[in-house]
Amino acid sequence: MFIDFYFLLREMKVPVSIKEYLALMEALDKKLICSSMEFYYVARALLIKDEKFFDSYDLAFAKYFKDKEVPLEISEDLIRTIEEELRQLKFKVPREFYEKVYSIDIEKLKEELRKKMEEQGPEPHKFGDQMIGTRGTSPFGAGGRHPGGIRIGGYGGMHLATKIAQKRKFRNYRSDRILDIRSYQVALKKLRNLTRDSPREELDLDETIDKTCKQFGEIDLVFRKEKKNNLKVLLLMDVGGSMEPFTELVSQLFSAANKSTHFREFKYYYFHNVPYTKLYKDIELESYEQTAEVIKKLDPEFRVIMVGDAAMAPNELSHIYGSIHVWEETYTPGVVWLNRIKEKFKKSVWLNPEIIAGWKPYTRGVIEKIFPMFDLSIDGLEEAIKVLV
Amino acid sequence: MGFEKYSGSYDYIAGSSLQNIVNVAIALQRPLLVKGEPGTGKTLLAKSIADSLGLKLITWNIKSTTKAIDGCYVYDTIQRLNDSRFGSKTRDVDNVEDYIVLGQLGEAFTSEDQVVLLIDEIDKADVEFPNDLLQELDVMEFYIPELQRTMKAKHRPIVIITSNNEKELPDAFLRRCAFHFIEFPDEKLMAKIVNVHYPNIEENILKAILEKFYELREYNQLKKKPSTSELIDWILVLLKSGLTTEDLKQKGFPFLGTLIKKEQDMEYLTKYKGIS
Repeated sequence: MFIDFYFLLREMKVPVSIKEYLALMEALDKKLICSSMEFYYVARALLIKDEKFFDSYDLAFAKYFKDKEVPLEISEDLIRTIEEELRQLKFKVPREFYEKVYSIDIEKLKEELRKKMEEQGPEPHKFGDQMIGTRGTSPFGAGGRHPGGIRIGGYGGMHLATKIAQKRKFRNYRSDRILDIRSYQVALKKLRNLTRDSPREELDLDETIDKTCKQFGEIDLVFRKEKKNNLKVLLLMDVGGSMEPFTELVSQLFSAANKSTHFREFKYYYFHNVPYTKLYKDIELESYEQTAEVIKKLDPEFRVIMVGDAAMAPNELSHIYGSIHVWEETYTPGVVWLNRIKEKFKKSVWLNPEIIAGWKPYTRGVIEKIFPMFDLSIDGLEEAIKVLV
Repeated sequence: MGFEKYSGSYDYIAGSSLQNIVNVAIALQRPLLVKGEPGTGKTLLAKSIADSLGLKLITWNIKSTTKAIDGCYVYDTIQRLNDSRFGSKTRDVDNVEDYIVLGQLGEAFTSEDQVVLLIDEIDKADVEFPNDLLQELDVMEFYIPELQRTMKAKHRPIVIITSNNEKELPDAFLRRCAFHFIEFPDEKLMAKIVNVHYPNIEENILKAILEKFYELREYNQLKKKPSTSELIDWILVLLKSGLTTEDLKQKGFPFLGTLIKKEQDMEYLTKYKGIS
């Protein structure tokens, strides 16, 4: 049941697993869902675990249920609920529903409905094309094959679950960049260097026992500083030009590093191709700091992660005035700047998003000799971290 | 449904969709993960469920230093060491059990009656924290090596977990939960909430204030949109300053600082949107 719906969700890149689908089946099996409105919310609660996918869910829901009736074998309760509601509803007709489906005079339709209700009497009606009831094709009633889709109960009256879905209230929560920052974050967690210089103190149990024993059982509590990550990270990222296709990857790494709270200090700058005299603070390469200043002021303990494809014209790397940007005063070739960075900081690596590609640009060969180079991926990052700690 | 049904409580207005989801989560014995902007009543939901079903509520507040094991039990070695030295009237030093203190999970498992367990702000903890809880929440048991005993839940607690989205939660964890996102209250509901705080507020001025407030929330570029608590503060300031409805309509956003807490947002609104 609803297996197509499951696949439709997967098709729309919503991460739904079999386990979650089976949970929905269990809910149906236990007769926990009694109306389509309930189905909309409960299925969402069981299948979707992040509000950024709610919009995709709404789209899938609207698409799937647009011209389907709810399979009645779900539960007999469903029919009963609908009939019950219909009886209670008396003559309330939701205006927009009929306006949308039929462009006929609402008042006339209301009148017609009223008449039919009178004609019909209290008996439930099924499979008709005239009367009000379930599974019919008349514009009135529930669970029918009439365009406009499933008719919904719920407490508010004749709502349409598809209508709710079509509202797409969660459009703003959507993020098409389905980030996998988490896996980067988990990898980055390994990037740490624990030292005891935090302001907080903890009991040193081994030392306490040792001292206490030495004093023949006179308890002597020993405290020590808590372990804290002492690692500082400097992230330098190549942007623009040949790096354009990898913007996504780089921004994932950046978000993960930026969100990681365990670094003692985290600094980042941007450059194009190779750093020359300036390191930029923004991706648009507008505000900047002098590279020499940055190198001077930062502690050599900073771990440097360079990110770039290391692909450029050879003269951009090794010639004076090599930069393609006219505003750079680049008497010093890029390769010299790279060496200066390498020499100042104790440990540094280069992450390259294009390492698996078949060709190897000349400049990559040069840079590889300066920085240990790794693939920009979870595995590559893990390898790089081994070098850094 | 053959069990006690949750249907909101007198001081908590739960929409029918939320009631459904709560009931399904209870029936399927799955933890319910609740997300939503600050001030939308995530934490209060657990209290409401406990009140409405007449169950005890156990709250486990998560901090950045919280470890999964803390929720199960703590072995108080220092106390034992101290007692071995000075003796104790209530505890027996030879009995390790006297020094095992159960955490909130342990308490929920050993309770004679079913309880509601609230794991509040799970995203505050380390990224691995939710993974460490998988086994405990799945089979509702944990092992205490010191006692060589497995603590198994007498009654599966109803587990409510809240998150503020500070960290992404692992997939394996998410797959085991039911999920609900509490939407920000609309103007009608917000008017009700404000009335709880300021029962004597005039209807006209409240309407004008709410209009302004929701206008401000329309700016999606804001890093931190003003939430309920900011609104409550803002109303207090506005009322104290004695502004009339007319003033409010003409003056734009007086005391904007009460609503907007981030410098960047302030700059964005005043510089680019001409709001002051």
